[in-house]
Amino acid sequence: MPTPPGAAPAFPDAAERSTRDTTLRNNLRRATHTIRAKRAAAVAELADWGELRAAGAAIKDHTLRHLDHYLEQVEAAVTAAGGQVHWAVDAAEANAIVTRLVRETGEREVVKVKSMATQEIGLNEALAAAGITAYETDLAELIVQLGHDLPSHILVPAIHRNRAEIRDIFRTQMGRWGRPAPAGLTDEPAELAEAARLHLREKFLSAKVAVSGANFIVAETGTLVVVESEGNGRMCLTLPETLISVVGIEKVIPSWRDLEVFLQLLPRSSTAERMNPYTSMWTGTTDGDGPAAFHLVLLDNGRTDALADQVGRQALRCIRCSACLNVCPVYERAGGHAYGSAYPGPIGAILTPQLRGTVSALDASLPYASSLCGACYEVCPVAIDIPEVLVRLRERVVEGGPVTVRGTRAVIRPARGHAAERAAMRAARWAFEHPRALRAGQRLASRTRALHPRHLPGPGRAWTRGRDLPEVPAESFRDWWQRTRGERGTA
Amino acid sequence: MSSRERVLGRVRRALADVREEHPDTGATGGAAHTDGGPARDGVARDYLRVHGERTAAERVELLATHLADYRARVHRTDPAGLPDTVAALLAARGARRVVVPEGLPADWLSASAATPVPDTPALSARDLDAVDSVVTGCAVAIAETGTLVLDAGPGQGRRQLTLVPDHHVCVVHVPGQVVDSLPQALERLVPHRPLTWISGPSATSDIELSRVEGVHGPRALDVVLVTTDAPSTASSSPR
Repeated sequence: MPTPPGAAPAFPDAAERSTRDTTLRNNLRRATHTIRAKRAAAVAELADWGELRAAGAAIKDHTLRHLDHYLEQVEAAVTAAGGQVHWAVDAAEANAIVTRLVRETGEREVVKVKSMATQEIGLNEALAAAGITAYETDLAELIVQLGHDLPSHILVPAIHRNRAEIRDIFRTQMGRWGRPAPAGLTDEPAELAEAARLHLREKFLSAKVAVSGANFIVAETGTLVVVESEGNGRMCLTLPETLISVVGIEKVIPSWRDLEVFLQLLPRSSTAERMNPYTSMWTGTTDGDGPAAFHLVLLDNGRTDALADQVGRQALRCIRCSACLNVCPVYERAGGHAYGSAYPGPIGAILTPQLRGTVSALDASLPYASSLCGACYEVCPVAIDIPEVLVRLRERVVEGGPVTVRGTRAVIRPARGHAAERAAMRAARWAFEHPRALRAGQRLASRTRALHPRHLPGPGRAWTRGRDLPEVPAESFRDWWQRTRGERGTA
Repeated sequence: MSSRERVLGRVRRALADVREEHPDTGATGGAAHTDGGPARDGVARDYLRVHGERTAAERVELLATHLADYRARVHRTDPAGLPDTVAALLAARGARRVVVPEGLPADWLSASAATPVPDTPALSARDLDAVDSVVTGCAVAIAETGTLVLDAGPGQGRRQLTLVPDHHVCVVHVPGQVVDSLPQALERLVPHRPLTWISGPSATSDIELSRVEGVHGPRALDVVLVTTDAPSTASSSPR
């Protein structure tokens, strides 16, 4: 994943701004609560959800533990079916491969299926730099692209926009990219969708090259699977002459039969449906049906670094359903942009620092973008213990230690700005071991409470940048106990 | 060193702890399995093959209910009534031109006044865009999820036939083509065929999560359940 721009603020700073945006908070709260309730109902329909979840986790773990074997199997199967396989160590290489493949077709435009992997590597920007225009065709991605915006949710990238904002974007921007919005466009969702349909149909019918990701690759057969709702995916996957799919190496599953687990887990966890409207499966190329040329770009870009961490590697099980975003109290208030990466929410908080490392202030702050309430783990269809990985990454940020960075073992030093946290932990340990000092300190704190600031000065400032200091009660718990129950017990 | 070797090398180094757990195995890790791959360590498949026991009639009923939940329009007939049913659905849409995939039984459209447009390799996506409807069969239908699966076999045609026209009439032979569950459907399908799974018409929920039908695929999906014991039009056979 490209390092975020140097100006990207750390999570606490970005969140402090976004939590004051009431439109954003209202849009988000309505959306996440709706989808949360629907998901719970969809999951409750299956009596064996727990078993499916365990099987999903086990299949993904098994695949990751033998990833080299399955990647070689994918390569052989896709090649045998008429596709070409390319390997990309990082974002720059993947972008260069896709750019070269598009250039070889002689085309200057591509249509795109919504894909997290291409968001992650910044493909659209790289293609633009090479003079190639990439058109996003998922409705939400279109809203984001036309609005010169960034996605803020894995499943519903424009979740932060309401219908009035979307209408304004369509009215002012569609004409710059092709067919303008119809005159008199209102903010009715059906009208907005129709405007997008008309705008994009011209692109679909003329496009010669498409770029996609994939939800799954079946190693045994070389089959790629894309799960979607609108039909824009089907348009891109079947109408153009050339199809280029950029897929993270963790998307592999071993066998055809394994789809029976993931095609039950994914739709119910993401859109809360029994099944999403469209699923496309293709294996290499088929004469007379679909693209004549198929390229699969297998993307590492930090995934092997995550794989090297025995606790953190479970993040690679993720099937990008976004259920964890919709239950997260921190995401609901801060919004997706605060996470500064293609992957927002709880999964982003553990995936991004593993893919990019924890060098930048933003990436080092992400493991703290959580209340550790555990709701994300509860809903995760592949049982990723997100809180466990968060704690692991916090330890890495604060203490440093051995990590793998771009395939090489290294020892990182504790991140700057966390000296106060380490000192505070040492002080707390000392105080708890010296109860008399603790008691005296608490009394002192109570008596001086009117003088306490909302934020800590000095080295403690980092800790209170993203949170207000709790108010000190008028009386310590010990004193209250002593006063009210003291005569009955001991102090 | 090629990027392929670099990525695979990184994967193998990252999994050093796994190799230590299985010191006797080779570079690919895990014991050899009958399919030539690593043994499936710890994958229990104790989830259900089917969610509930149903008679054939109940299975078809569930399919109809779930299709309707997704706002597909469900119709029922028998083989003798099929031509009239199809004709009525096309007439109700005002369809004048209907694309016909290769291998579609001729009698399905025999009662319709619409002009059949036979699929040929020369028929482009733009040509399809000027067609009103498409009539196809399917390979299998899944009751528990309300899903139709097309595998590009006879009577189903290329994937874009059921994508570009705005109206899709899909004929399902019941009970023969209906399975209960997703695991049962996968067993019937051949992975190397291009597969399209359809659960209701094209839809989006991207604007304030309100569902809108018909973004890029067909806006209307008519499903005709034909009660018949005749062999299905599906080309897939159980693996």
